[in-house]
Order: sequence, then structure tokens, then C-alpha cells
Amino acid sequence: MNAEVNIPVADLRSKQPRFRGMESGHRACLGCGEALAARLVMESAGPDVMLANATGCLEIFTTPWPESAWRVPWMHSLFENTGAIASGMEAAMKAQGKATKVIAMGGDGGTFDIGFQALSGMLERGHNVMYVCYDNEAYMNTGIQRSSSTPHAAMTTTSPPGKARMGKRHLKKDIVSIVSAHHIPYAATTSVAYPSDIRKKVRRAMEIDGPTFLQIHCPCPLGWGHEGDKSIEVARLAVETGLFPMIELERGGLVGAVPIRHPKPVEDYLQKQQRFRHLFTEDVRAQQELEHIQAIANYNIEIYGLLGDGQDNFDNEGMDTVKRGGLRWG
Amino acid sequence: MLQALEGSQAVAQAVSLCRPGVIAAYPITPQTHIVENISKLVADGHLDCEFVSVESEFSAASVVLGAAMAGSRAYTASASQGIMLMAEVLFNISGMRVPLVLTCANRAVSSPLSIWNDQQDSMSVRDAGWIQLYCADNQEAVDTTIQAFRIAEATELPVMVCMDGFTLTHTLEGIDIPTQEQVDQFLPEFTFSRALDPRNPISVGTLISPDHYSEARHSHHQALMNAQDDIVAMDQEWAKISGRESGGLVSTYGDDNAKIGILVIGSVFGTLKAALVDAPPNEEPVKLIKLRSFRPFPIEAICKACEGLDNLIVLERALSPGGGGIVGIEVLSAISGMENPPTLHNFTVGLGGRDIPLEILPRLLEKIRSNPTPNQFEIFDVELDRLPEEDR
Repeated sequence: MNAEVNIPVADLRSKQPRFRGMESGHRACLGCGEALAARLVMESAGPDVMLANATGCLEIFTTPWPESAWRVPWMHSLFENTGAIASGMEAAMKAQGKATKVIAMGGDGGTFDIGFQALSGMLERGHNVMYVCYDNEAYMNTGIQRSSSTPHAAMTTTSPPGKARMGKRHLKKDIVSIVSAHHIPYAATTSVAYPSDIRKKVRRAMEIDGPTFLQIHCPCPLGWGHEGDKSIEVARLAVETGLFPMIELERGGLVGAVPIRHPKPVEDYLQKQQRFRHLFTEDVRAQQELEHIQAIANYNIEIYGLLGDGQDNFDNEGMDTVKRGGLRWG
Repeated sequence: MLQALEGSQAVAQAVSLCRPGVIAAYPITPQTHIVENISKLVADGHLDCEFVSVESEFSAASVVLGAAMAGSRAYTASASQGIMLMAEVLFNISGMRVPLVLTCANRAVSSPLSIWNDQQDSMSVRDAGWIQLYCADNQEAVDTTIQAFRIAEATELPVMVCMDGFTLTHTLEGIDIPTQEQVDQFLPEFTFSRALDPRNPISVGTLISPDHYSEARHSHHQALMNAQDDIVAMDQEWAKISGRESGGLVSTYGDDNAKIGILVIGSVFGTLKAALVDAPPNEEPVKLIKLRSFRPFPIEAICKACEGLDNLIVLERALSPGGGGIVGIEVLSAISGMENPPTLHNFTVGLGGRDIPLEILPRLLEKIRSNPTPNQFEIFDVELDRLPEEDR
């Protein structure tokens, strides 16, 4: 090899256009966390894929016929069968001897609730599918109704606060633990505030021959009640308070968590969103609920060891390419 | 060569001969023997396909939809509650114009719970936009299954092959299973114009505005109407290879000059055929009309078969409570365009596995002789004295 030739690899890489599986021009709202997350997932997943997309915002805003934002083969069937559609695609790829990776995508409603059975079947049968759940914590497409992913005390149109209620009465379903209990090779949670973490986890999942699951926390400005330009900030606070731990599980066991060295009080996160505004009133129940939510965060910090163990280059601050101006590839 | 086979076993072998790439199914009586036999064919290495044992019929239909969209020939089978659970997916499959074959082992729908045969299940998804072909016997079920793949792939419409549960699925008959060469000659390798392919990405199943929805529905309807020609053509083409016809859209049996016709759907055809053979020579001649294709509904073929009839009895094995006979109402509407339409008498028989004996024929004939006024609808073999007064 000629030692004189100096190839600026980093420079070339930064100039190389990334594969855009999902193009701009779609009809998502300003500041939509799901749209950004889906773009990031597709960039890392690459072109040799086939998508099954559940009914929901992503499906609607990317494909108002005859337009489509997708540069990969994409199919929407129904709300609750995405796991099964993806299973069928994967079986067909196997039957045809093709290596095309099948990706399933759904929101929290299509994953935690109505599509849960089909997802469980897909995981149990071991299909080689990467299932991505964009978790914006309510039925946003139909106008912000509570799902089993909606966090405790959050206001939605079907969990409104009032004299007798303080928002949603129930807890957010721990989907990643349930999914992981199928003993699948890989399940992880990540957040749209941490693009490098998304990329890393997508690449990891794409390489595995078997069912994998990603839960991506994505703010919905309309449903959560914050300005569109605050999506990343709000998503980041969910991680920094311990309310949304970014973890990785293999075969049912915890193998990693992104540490948050300086956890913030949950109020920092909740105050930024209109869906929690009833928690910042004179109501005596409001204080109780805040304490309750802080206890949930504390619990997460403890069981996932979110405070970290000494110096860790891959804590949430190190991960935060948005805050640091981009460039780092996780 | 004739072999003594159970209907389900024969259908499993027919499916296998069609070389499907993906099969997905969930067990339900009386469909179970079909998928058990297919599983055995896969386990023994006779059938090289991906068999997906799903967690529900909803997923069975979804898996075969995903598989066909991804470019594989796919097959599923179900019955009764399974068909009901699939209903949403069935509409979705046909709307996307995906070629698929489903065997419906016809069974009553709960409640009251019944595992036995009638045709309430497939009749209830009449409007799902599928081709529906009904089989009179197990040989027809074999031949129709093979034709169904070809019809589905030629028309880009899903085909439901309906065979009466137990009456056909669990009955041993002498059946000629065609050879692989015969089937290969008839059924080309699977191709689907809109199969998903990363080299040529398309988006399917998108949102559609009121500007285009009616047109999409029209083209779906038109495709089904046009499929009548394909159903007839495939039956004839398969007859050239196998030596057997299954009856195209509508076929008739018996005296063509008869004044009384009985239109039937499914295995009751065999019962009435036997009853006609046994009928005393002085009995009034009867023409049997076998409706094989319920969707598309062959209005012209039905009218042609009804020409010259004074009375037409429509026998069916389902009902629309509060409405009446399902097939009957449609046949009534079809014959209303005839110059001299026959008087229609509509009966439902054999619900929830109630036996249909040979004596049904003289009883039916006696019924319309003694009361010639047109009969709107009646459950023929109901025993009213078992019911409280107010329900009779």
C-alpha cells in the first residue's frame, strides 16, 4: 500500500449522502418526534428492507395516495396485525431464499394494545423481524386518547382530569419487559433525543437473525402540549429524569442502560407539557401525584442502575449528539 | 387413480401439489384435518414450504397477506368463528387485490355454539370482496382448490373455496388426486404484479381520499364481475387436463324440460341427486341447479338455468335473521329480469349440522304442491313444537 496516499475517511464519510428510506415532504406535524425517529431508523436500516406499517400517524402522514414518502417497499394492512404481516413477509423471504430484512413499525397503540397479540406471536415464533415501536404515549392519530402506554396522571381526551380524576389512573405498561420475556435475542428502548443511540441500536438489531424490538420514545407536540421546537428537549428530559430509561435486553436479561449521572427532578419534565398541567395546581392530589411520579423515576434509577458506575463515556451526556452539535456516530 | 381419502386429506394433497411458498393456519373444527395433513406433508419432506403456526385466525389471514404481498404463493384454511375473526383482514386482502386461496370448512356460527355444518360463516363474509366457490363433493374440492390458485393469480383476487364441514371434510370418498405433472402443466409459477421488491419499491395499502375511493371500489367490483369468465375458462382448461369439470359458475342436473327447479349450494346437491335417482318414476321431473360461484354472483347463468321453470325452490344453509334467505333474496332479484320468471320458494335447511335426509325431496315437492303461493322464506326443517308458543 502506498503510504503517500492519504484518504480523508472521516471527511468522505461526512460528505457521503445517507440512505434516506423515508423522504421529506410528508405531512407530519411540526416537531413530530415519530417522523424524525422513523427517518433515523431508515437511515441506519438501509435499502434492502421491506416494511410493514401499522395504522397510525406514521402510516397516514407518509402515504396520502398517490404520494408516498417511502423509498423502500412498504405495506400498510391494518391496525392490529403488523406483527403477523411482518411474519408473513419474512416467511416469504425465507421461502424465496432472499436476505431482505423485514421491519415492522407501529405506534404505542398498535403495539402495546390492539396489535399486542400479533406481536407476541411474531416474537414467540422467532421470525427474523425488527419491530420498531414509536412510543408517543397515546392514540395521537385519532386525537389524543389514552393508551396503555400513556404515563400515569397524564391528561388525554379519554383520561381528562376533573373533580374525581387526576388524569390517567393507571400505570404505563412496561412493554419492553413483556417483549423481552419472550426471550428474544435483543430488545431495547431509546429516545428520539439521542440519534446516535437510535442508530447504534438499529444497526445492532438489523444484524441479528431473529426477532428484535425497539421502543423509541417520541414526543407528540400536539398530544403532549408543548411547542414543536421543544420536542428534543422534552424527550431528553424524559431520559434525564429517569422516567424513560434507555436500556438493552438480551434473551430476557438486562445487558445495558445509558447512565444519567445527574438525574433531574421529574417536575422539570412534567412542567414543560400541558398534559401534566393539572399537577401544578393548588389541588392536594397534585402534590401526591408528583410524589408518585418521582417515585416511579427513582424506582427506574435504582433497578436499572441509571446512576452509572464510575466514569462512563457512553452516558446520556456523551450520547447527546443533538446537544453537542451532531457528528459523533455511536 | 381413485384413492379412498378423507376430504381434508385430499384437499391437503391438492394444496401441496400447487407448491405454496407460505401456509399459515390456526386450528378450528372442522378445518383441523386439513392443516394437520399439510403439517404432516411438510414434516415428511413432501412439501417444501414455510408453515407458520399462528396464534389466531386473525394472524393466519395476516400472515398469508404479508407473504403474498412479498411474492409467495400462500394458503390458509379456517371455519366459523375463525372466518368471523378474520373478517377485517378478508376485506383488507381483497381491497388490496392480493391473490390468495382460503379453504372454508363451512360451519355454523356461535351462539348457540355449534361445531357442525351450515354455511353461515362464508355467507356472512359474502361482501368481503372475495371470489366464493362452493363444492358439492370432495373431488370438486380438490379440483376447485387447484383452479382457485390459478383464478386468484389471473384475476388478482382472493378465492375462498367453501366445502361443507364434516359432510365433506370428514367423509371418505373415492378421489382422484391429480399428478404433479398435471398440476404443473395447469398452474404456472407464482407471479404477482405488485409483489414488494426492494429493487423497485412501492407503497401499498395507503390512505385514499374521497376523490378516489369510489373508483377503487368500482374497479374491485368490476374485477369480480369479470372473474366470471376466468372461473368458467379455468374449469374448462382443468377439465382438458384432468377429464373433470366442476360446474363453472352454475350447472344443472336432471330433466331440462322440468317445470320445477331446485337451486342448491354445496354438498346438499349430492343428497338431492341421490334422491332424484331414487325417486319413483311417476314423480314430477325436477331440474337441480348447482350454484358453484356465489361471488361473483352469476345473474345471467342463473337466469339461463331457470328458463322454462314454473317453480324454483332455493335451498340454502344459512339465513339473515330478520331478512330471510341470503341466496334466496339474491336469486329472486336475479330472476326478476327474466321474461317469465319462476315462482320462488326459499327454504333454509340443515342448520347447525341438522341432517338433510333423502326424504327432503318429496317433502319439498309436496310443500309447494299443497301451497303454491310464493314462499318468501322459511326454515324448512324447524320443529315448532319444541319452541315456546311465542317463538313459533
